Amino acid sequence: MKRYSAFAVAREALTGHKGWERAWRKAQPKKRYDVVIVGAGGHGLATAYYLGKRFGITNVAIIEKGWLGGGNTGRNTTIIRSNYLQDPSAAIYEKARSLYETLSQDLNYNVMFSPRGVMMLAQTEHEVRGYLRTVHANALQGVKTRFITPAEVKKIVPIIRLDGPRYPVLGALWQDRGGTARHDAVAWGYARACSAMGMDIIQKCEVTGVRQEAGRVTGVQTTKGDIACDKLGIVVAGHSGVVANMAGFRLPIECVALQALVSEPIKPVMDCVVMANTVHGYMSQSDKGEMVIGGGADQFNNYSQRGSFHHVEETVRALIETFPMLSRLKMLRWWGGIVDMTGDRSPILSKTPLEGCFINCGWGTGGFKAIPGSGWGFAELMAKGHSPLTEEFSMWRFREGKFIDESVAAGVAH
Amino acid sequence: MLTLQCPHCGVHAEETELTGGGEAHLKRFGPGSDDDAFEGYLFLRENPKGVHFERWRHSYGCGKWFHAARCTVTMEVFGTYTAQTSKPPQDLLDRISEKRPGWRWRDLNEPA
Ligand SMILES: Cc1cc2nc3c(=O)[nH]c(=O)nc-3n(C[C@H](O)[C@H](O)[C@H](O)COP(=O)(O)OP(=O)(O)OC[C@H]3O[C@@H](n4cnc5c(N)ncnc54)[C@H](O)[C@@H]3O)c2cc1C
Ligand SMILES: [Zn+2]
Repeated sequence: MKRYSAFAVAREALTGHKGWERAWRKAQPKKRYDVVIVGAGGHGLATAYYLGKRFGITNVAIIEKGWLGGGNTGRNTTIIRSNYLQDPSAAIYEKARSLYETLSQDLNYNVMFSPRGVMMLAQTEHEVRGYLRTVHANALQGVKTRFITPAEVKKIVPIIRLDGPRYPVLGALWQDRGGTARHDAVAWGYARACSAMGMDIIQKCEVTGVRQEAGRVTGVQTTKGDIACDKLGIVVAGHSGVVANMAGFRLPIECVALQALVSEPIKPVMDCVVMANTVHGYMSQSDKGEMVIGGGADQFNNYSQRGSFHHVEETVRALIETFPMLSRLKMLRWWGGIVDMTGDRSPILSKTPLEGCFINCGWGTGGFKAIPGSGWGFAELMAKGHSPLTEEFSMWRFREGKFIDESVAAGVAH
Repeated sequence: MLTLQCPHCGVHAEETELTGGGEAHLKRFGPGSDDDAFEGYLFLRENPKGVHFERWRHSYGCGKWFHAARCTVTMEVFGTYTAQTSKPPQDLLDRISEKRPGWRWRDLNEPA
């Protein structure tokens, strides 16, 4: 792999840009791998990357039915924060956030991490109390957050209206090292690094069956033939239930559509992320100048990657009350992704009833922020059989009543 | 936008008039049942990519609960039927089999 650098840009500028190489190799499946990862989204790719980087396991294939990063990783609103409530969440989300700080250097790929600050508006008395509680919890967890007053909110976000009749701004939970990153670049950066370690990323190849012998996984069936493996990692977000079914177990997960939209580009008006959970809306401004807006989730099971118009209307209607200047903007694009929801709104990183088969799913509406931390912990779980980061996120926690309840911190889509 | 015909009042109600009630035909388990049954009832919802049976409520209409059979991929609605039953009507099941040969859902004679 040729490294990217300022020097490389200068060299290529002088030589007609003929020396750039493909970011990752095209690969055809081999007969056997030590580890097969199903799903080349951010979580699958990060898992493979840390398997190689931390544990020296590089005989790895990542199998993707579409194109890499084409699932939720390429469809989200890229908010990164770690101000959750429960300790296991704080550990994995803060690990992820801190890895994001140096990810561009680690991968030699600009993921455009922008710790511009994440503001979660408190627009009801209940939210004020909830966020004060979160601030105290975060202080104990070593996650730096602060409750700010309406005056401070207005100073950071001048376009906001504080005294809306229905949704007054009563304060906000502020994490100054939260922010955004370029979603595609995160997938591409990990993919390039995996490929450079000799791993095979096999696109347009769907896993159609899981092979097992005496309760142990032995490989997968795919549209490009059978592939044997010692260990299997299922990291397919919205299709977790479908692939788990092939492996012979059930998951406490339901899939719904979550949607987002972007406006026409305008000059910079807002340099942080604002989330308004009461009205199910959140917004940031991309480097191109588009206002990136995320909305609520559908109320019914859905695999169609398509949103409902009335949710967009609800989100936009409410956001306009808090940001009146938005009313003049045209909306340009609108899309949906299928998110995998658990009952306690926390993910599953777990062994499964099938030996040698592991699952990483349930990130639902908020897993982009977690990609590096999830890959870090899940790789450890797959390599060593346990990881302090994933311990509490077992698929059996529901049965055991050990929920990691984040319905307040993650109840809205982000 | 999803529209379902309410079997009680006959209105073709659109999504905003309706409230989703999740998986249909759940069998409830209480104290004394074993861990498997209790976990299944509480947490392991059907989440099929394809034919699905659900409960819905015509909240901003007649207010009644009913059932619907729907495809979660194409959003095609196969039919709606009364809430006062523990199984979909046979003619609806036949219609689904015609359109989706080989479709599968949880065994309706088994607990959830
Ligand atoms: C509209 C929207 C907004 C969001 N906003 C945010 C946000 O602001 N912040 C945040 O942190 N999170 C957000 N999220 C959530 C976030 O996008 C996801 O949690 C995260 O991207 C999940 O990554 P993943 O790698 O697990 O899944 P994905 O990126 O979906 O990757 C899974 C891959 O598996 C592949 N696959 C599935 N089945 C098979 C098969 N049988 N064989 C082979 N491959 C298969 C799929 O094609 C897919 O590429 C949002 C999601 C949506 C939809
Ligand atoms: Zn009705």
